[in-house]
Parts: sequence; structure tokens; C-alpha cells
Amino acid sequence: MAADLPTPNANASPPPAASAACGTCVFNHAAQLRALGVDVSGHDHVVALAGNPNTGKSTVFNALTGLRQHVGNWPGKTVTGAEGGFGYRRRRYKLVDLPGTYSLLSDSQDEDVARDFLLFGQPDVTVVVVDATRLQRNLNLVLQILQITGRVVVALNLIDEAHRHGLSLDQRHLARELGVPVVPMAARSRRGLDALLEAIEQVALGTVATRARRVHHGDARTERAVRELAAQLLREYPGLANTRWIALRLLEGDPGIERAVTDGTLDRLSSPTPHAVSSETPGT
Amino acid sequence: MRNVHKGSPAGASTATTLDRLRRGQIATVTAVDIHGPQRRRLMDLGVLPGSRIHIDRVSPLGDPTAYLVRGSVIALRREQARGIHITVEQE
Amino acid sequence: MTGFSILDRAARLRDGLPEGFRDEVVESLYSDAARITETSVTERDHGTRPPLDRLLDRALTHRVWGFATMGLLFFAVFWFTISGAAGPSGLLSSVLVDHGHSRLHAVAAPLPLPDWVSGLLLDGVYLSTAWVVAVMLPPMAIFFPLFTLLEDFGYLPRVAFNLDRLFAKAGAHGKQSLSMMMGYGCNAAGVTATRIIDSRRERLIAIITNNFSVCNGRWPTLILMGTIFIGALAPPALAGVIAAASVVTVAFLGVLVTLLVSWALSKTVLRGHSSTYSLELPPYRPPKVWRTLYTSLIDRTLKVLRRAVVMAAPAGAVVWLISNVTVAEASIAAHLVGVLDPLGWVLGLNGIILLAYLVAIPANEIIIPTILMLTTTLGPNLFDAQQGVMLELGTAQTHTVLTQAGGWTLLTAVNLMLFSLLHNPCSTTVLTIWNETKSPKWTTVATLLPIALGFAVTALTATVARLAGWA
Repeated sequence: MAADLPTPNANASPPPAASAACGTCVFNHAAQLRALGVDVSGHDHVVALAGNPNTGKSTVFNALTGLRQHVGNWPGKTVTGAEGGFGYRRRRYKLVDLPGTYSLLSDSQDEDVARDFLLFGQPDVTVVVVDATRLQRNLNLVLQILQITGRVVVALNLIDEAHRHGLSLDQRHLARELGVPVVPMAARSRRGLDALLEAIEQVALGTVATRARRVHHGDARTERAVRELAAQLLREYPGLANTRWIALRLLEGDPGIERAVTDGTLDRLSSPTPHAVSSETPGT
Repeated sequence: MRNVHKGSPAGASTATTLDRLRRGQIATVTAVDIHGPQRRRLMDLGVLPGSRIHIDRVSPLGDPTAYLVRGSVIALRREQARGIHITVEQE
Repeated sequence: MTGFSILDRAARLRDGLPEGFRDEVVESLYSDAARITETSVTERDHGTRPPLDRLLDRALTHRVWGFATMGLLFFAVFWFTISGAAGPSGLLSSVLVDHGHSRLHAVAAPLPLPDWVSGLLLDGVYLSTAWVVAVMLPPMAIFFPLFTLLEDFGYLPRVAFNLDRLFAKAGAHGKQSLSMMMGYGCNAAGVTATRIIDSRRERLIAIITNNFSVCNGRWPTLILMGTIFIGALAPPALAGVIAAASVVTVAFLGVLVTLLVSWALSKTVLRGHSSTYSLELPPYRPPKVWRTLYTSLIDRTLKVLRRAVVMAAPAGAVVWLISNVTVAEASIAAHLVGVLDPLGWVLGLNGIILLAYLVAIPANEIIIPTILMLTTTLGPNLFDAQQGVMLELGTAQTHTVLTQAGGWTLLTAVNLMLFSLLHNPCSTTVLTIWNETKSPKWTTVATLLPIALGFAVTALTATVARLAGWA
């Protein structure tokens, strides 16, 4: 909950001043971006920013919000989450920078923070920043996130570095495999920002249908157990999203999820919450 | 790098653990005999069965060793490398 | 409660599952990721790194050159900081302290204010704050951007890679070297940075030893002592280099103490296996120089400075009060110094230094001004200073004040440098340690262990020096 200075024109059309100042920009879409700094008041959508450490996640955060969170070139740098705001076209977004993690399964502190936000904060869109030069490792996290939420945009960052390293990536194939939009970008030089904003808007408004890839488990007994438990979850918590993932975590005995079951957190999530135009800050 | 990509004849490869890998050799991970969160962490970093791996650098003090695996350079201490089973492709 | 029936069901289903199914689940995700990657990425030259990265690594992690560059780089950072900050610091202090202070007094003089109000506000609060700004802003504005450039470049993980074996032998986590380096900026930041260490045992070791990284609040002390007592021993042409070398030596001692204390802790109260760890060496990235300068200036420098000012203002008030409030014919400060003097003598320091460290618990930055002020107030008045006024003196005058009015020797200076390395963390750091550990026990250990070490080491050097007839 950062400074809640009421800004005039909060929900009005984009101020022309911003585009005028940026009239000579090479990227005209991005000219519709309004960096709002720490001002997250009256946002229409919550966007979570996830990704492995050292993928340029903070660079994306800074590019969108106009804030200057420090970016360090070593793993585990961002240990606390930051919040910022940006406006694009007619809508205002609150961007939540999650700690950089390699996965959501290793039970470390930052992974718990990231996972809890994705699960209980129910962001409208989750942008996963991916290092194009280390796709496999980064996809581990993408796939794990896709088990939790399908409202994902993959920002395929450091694409310039990948080209320099002699890698070429078929992003359309990747998007098909994952079932969510994939946006190639080079955040350090602000390339691809326009396409990212576009994709965020589309997923937020639901104008593009995502069909997140769900991983089915090879072992038949595991698969059956997951399905059985997921069905019971859905009976007891109607409307609960990502029951398969919760079922799997419960089978694994994840203490955080077990707590969510007993303390009523799941109950709250099961009541059909309006996704668009949230008035409250989720997750707090 | 040398001209050692693919094409090593079957049977010419030897099974060992990662700490025995020598510079210049290329190996494939066969199993990760480490348990708990560290197993996950290694897999997060790309060390999992099927990954090709070779030594990139050894720390000036002799340990740890940095390996190149799936495009990233990962430093592992020797006792940890001991738990990673590999087959070495012939040079 | 429906919740419990779900948990029961989960437990029953779990029993029917093969052992290790958890790993299988993860591995099925990972093999999926591997398959998708293989079908979407084409590599031109399989499994190689850019030649420049390899070349840089070959140099920066070389048996000889790796350590040589490490030493040189850190020396260069300190030297730039010390020599580059001297001019701007002098300028700021002449503006803020010399002119600003007398101007404020001139403005305040006609106002119907009691003496103690203008004394407390102008001589106490304003002067100490101005001093902290003048002394801290320039070095921080140089140090942080330089350090950030190294950080952005990707150099820090290489340092961790080079030093890891030492940390492994000390029973510590390899990433402790990263939090240690953050500590050179600010210990509170260093303590927070230990979150990258998963094992609680190793994280506690990293937290307790972080205080042995000389934070920038302590440099003014080290730099001043190095300049006026140690650099002065060398011929003028070499004085700057010798002074920088003495500061680097103390910082290096800090690394040694870190390793020793880590080792001792891991052999005693924090026993356990050193957990396996994996450190990634990220690709080198050319730092964006201008953006880095701007960001680190705004972000880090001003943040740390703001904290210093917030802490310095009340401390300045305290110093003014204890030297001006008189009880039984002497100021409170004089009484306190009298009580602390015997202990100070044993440690090769003096009562004034110890009192300064008590006052400066909230902010180490004001150690030197407090010492100077107390020395001039309580000793013979050489420069016609007012009671409890923090003086800004040139280095030559400072030397005169300390040796003539304070009776300082080389031993006092050396031990002050050692004590500056080995004493309790500042209150912000203690608070951060509490927040990170939530443990009264470990917060106490982290607070008291360094000061106990400081007492032991300085008492030892003082005794040796006296027995050898050096002091």
C-alpha cells in the first residue's frame, strides 16, 4: 500500500501530454504507457511479475513503472517484493514484483512468498520473465506457474543476448506449446515493451484465450489420486481455481497449503470473486 | 571445446560421478543421488538426467568447480558433485 | 470443518502412492520443460560460451591473477573513494559547517531564544547533521556507484567462486561471501541479503559475522586515522597510498575475522554439516554506466544518507546535552569519561572514545565528531572551542587536538581502527537482525560477540605494545 495520492484523471483517457512528450519515440505503442511510479491507487488490474533470478525482471519492472529498483547481476538479489503502477491505454495496473525464484517447489522463503501471492493474491495477469539464453531452466518455473494460473504472459527477455550467443528461438512454437502469449523482448533497451503491454491487456481483458499447458503425471496412480482429490476440492470449495495443483501439493504434504485449508483461506478463494475491477488489494 | 560432439560409440562411455570428470571431457547426467531440497535446486538449475555437462572452470583454490550445463555455469562443491552420476563420452 | 476431511483424504491417498512420487512429479515437469526447449531452440554452436566471457573468467578466477585483480579492484575502489571524496568533503564542510553554522548563529542571535535552545539546536543537532552530510555524502556518492558497477557487471559471484573454499573450510555457506560484500555498503543491508542462504544454521553464521564487514559509516573513522596517524608516517608522496593500504588492511582483517568466527561458530554452537550449495556464475553484462550512477546515487546513497542524518540529529543533541548539563561541578560527559577511562586505558583507547561509541550506537558515522568535540571540551582548550560544539578541523589541527589535548599515540589510533572493526553493530543493524531472526538469543549473540572480540583484541594489542615499550 504505497502512497495513495489521488491523481486526477485516474480512469480517464490517457493524458495527451505523455504521448506528446514521447512523440518521437520509435515505439509508438509504448508511448501509451504511463509509468505511475509507486502510485497504485485505483488500479483496474493486478499484474504479478515472476521469473528466475537474474533474468532482467527488475528491468522490466522499472521500465513499466518508471521506478528505479536496483538491478544486481547475481542470483537472489531481489529478496523483497516491490509494488508499482502503470497505465496503458484506458486502464491502470498495479504491478507486484515477486522474488526471483528458480521454482515454486523448494520450500525456501522467497518461493513461499511468490507462490502464496500467485495462489492467494489471485493476480489478473502473471508476467513470467524468462531468460532466452537459458530457456529450459526458466521453463521449469513457467510450467509450475501454469499449473497454478493460466492467465500468464511469458516475456522472453534477453533475446538480443540469445542471438549473440548463437541461439534462435521459435517463439510461436513456444507459445503453442505453453498455451499462453510469448513476447520476445530486450528490456534493457526497452525493446518489446509495446508487445508486452498489449499481451498484458489482452490477457487481463480476456480478449485472448489462454489454454495453459497442464502437465499430466506419468504415473497412473499419482494421476488418479490427483484427480480424485481435485474433484473433492471442487465439491467442497465451488469455484476454486487450480484445484489440480492444490490437490497435488496436498498429496505432497505442503505445509503452507495445508494451513490454507484449515485456516479458511481456501474458503475465501472459493467464493466467486470478481476478477475485473478489483477494489481491494488482493493478498493483504 | 574440442571436436567431441556426439557420435561416441556405445560401450565406449564410462559410468562415474561428476567429481571424477576431467577437464575437456563431456558427460551426460544419468542420475542425481542427492535428496531433499538440494535435489530440487540442482534440477532447477538444469542438472537432471539427460543433461550434457562439462567442466568450465575450477576455482583457484581447487574447489568448487564450475560446470557448463544447459547454457549456464553452475559452481558445485566436490561433495555435491560426488552425488551426481554421469556417463563420460569418449574424447 | 470440511478442511480436515480434505486433509484426511489427502493423507489416505498419499499412502497409496509410490515412494518418491514427489520427485517424479517434479521430474515430469522438468522433462516437459526440456522437451519444449529442444523443440523451440536452435543452437548454432552447441554448449559453448561467448569467448569474451570465457576469457574474462580465465583472468578473474585465475590462481594468481584472480586474487591479484580482486585485491587490486577493491583497493582501487577504496582509493578512489578516499582520494576522490577529500575535495568535495572539504568544500561541503566549509559551506555547511564553517559558514552555515556561523550564519545560523548570526540569524539566531537577535531572536529572543534562551542560550540552551540555540546551543542544543545549532551546536548540537545542526552541527552533527552537517558534519555527517559533509563527511558521508562524497565517499558514498563514489563508493556505491563503483560497487554497483562491479555488481552489475557480474563480478561478485566470481569473488564468491574464488573464495568459496575458505568459506567451506569455515563451515559457512558459499553465498556468505555475497552477503559479506553487501555489508561493506551497510550491515543492515548485508543482514537482509543473507536471505539467499536457505539453511538456518548457515544463515545465522552469516548474520552474526556480517558486522565484520566494515560498513561505510565506519570508514570516516578508518580513513581519518589512516590519514593522520599512519599515512603521516610515510613520506608525503606515499601518504595517500599508505593511508588507503591501512584501511584495506583493516577491511582484510575483517574477512579473516569473518572466517575465524564462522569456523568457531560452526564448530561449537552452530554445529552441523555445511549444506551443499550451487552458485550460478551469470554471464557478464556490460553495466549501463550512466543509469547505474544515477540509480545508485538516488537509491542507495541518499537512502543511507537519510538514515545517517535521522540518526545523527538526536545524537548531536545528546552530545551537546551531556557536555553542557553540569552535575556536581562537572558535565555529565566528564563524569562518564571518568568512569570509562580505566577500561579505555586497558584497551589502549580512552574514556572519550568509549563514550563516543556509546553515544554513537544509533549511527557510527558520528564517532569522529563526537570524539573531537569531547576532546576539545574536556581537554585543554587549544582552538577556543565552545562547550559541546562539534568542531570541524583540518587534518593537521585534528592531529594536534588528538595528540596534545587527548594524549593520543599511534597505539590509540591503531586500536581505534581495530575497535571500529570489532564492536557492536549499530542499532539499525541490531533491529534488522531481530527482524530477520526473531530470536532474542541470536540477536544478543550477534550484538555482544563482536564487542567482546573488540575488547579482547584491543586489550591484547595494548598490552603487547606496552610490554614492548612501543607505547
